[in-house]
Amino acid sequence: MSETHAITIEKVLPYGPEKIWRTLTSSEMIARWLMPNDFAAIVGHRFNFRTKPIGDWDGVVHCEVLEADPPRLLSYSWKGGSDANPAFGSRLNSTVTWTLTPVEGGTHLQMVHDGFEFPGNRFAFDAMGPGWGRALDRIGELTAED
Amino acid sequence: MTAAAQLTNVMKTLADPTRRAVFERIAREGEIAATGLVKGSKVSQPAVSQHLRALRDAGLVTERRDGRHVHYRVAPKGLAPLVDWLGHYRAFWNERFENLERLLKETER
Repeated sequence: MSETHAITIEKVLPYGPEKIWRTLTSSEMIARWLMPNDFAAIVGHRFNFRTKPIGDWDGVVHCEVLEADPPRLLSYSWKGGSDANPAFGSRLNSTVTWTLTPVEGGTHLQMVHDGFEFPGNRFAFDAMGPGWGRALDRIGELTAED
Repeated sequence: MTAAAQLTNVMKTLADPTRRAVFERIAREGEIAATGLVKGSKVSQPAVSQHLRALRDAGLVTERRDGRHVHYRVAPKGLAPLVDWLGHYRAFWNERFENLERLLKETER
């Protein structure tokens, strides 16, 4: 059984959702803050992000628009990488979801990149937070005292 | 071993549910002898030995010899390749988020 894990980044930005939506969905804008692409905010549209090739990976991220509900919700699949690659270039079958929520003074923008598949169950994951090595040592000490 | 090979190795090693159970048992116990691992499970002694060897080769456990017994502990840095993998993407998105903010500011006018 594998578990997937997500990276979440969120922030309140001092702009309206419409303005942020344009920056998230205009191909030209995306190229300026993320990567060169042929994005279009149409559900079912398949597109690529292109970055520098790393090792066995050609640097192409294969994506498909899964949801586009302006100016609230945008999600696309994110597939790429190679089994033979470390870290950033490693194989990934994931989803990126952007959520825009109007708040006082601007928009709460949240990005969730989900689908990092770790072999192992909750225990293994829980053990992987900061200082997990120490936590395991502590478990060892407690067990030893028992 | 390259970082790539390490990540692949850790993932492949832990992909086996029985082996993962052995790994988690070691983590839970702190330190445990191979004989103890066999005693408390339905897995045969040769199978346990094989899993322990794989875990050791992947850098996930360390062994300590004490007379006829070999004791196993979880290696402190064993899961680091997995953590690094996620860390790279986190750094990637943090940086892109900053780009996005800068661009929003630029286009304010």
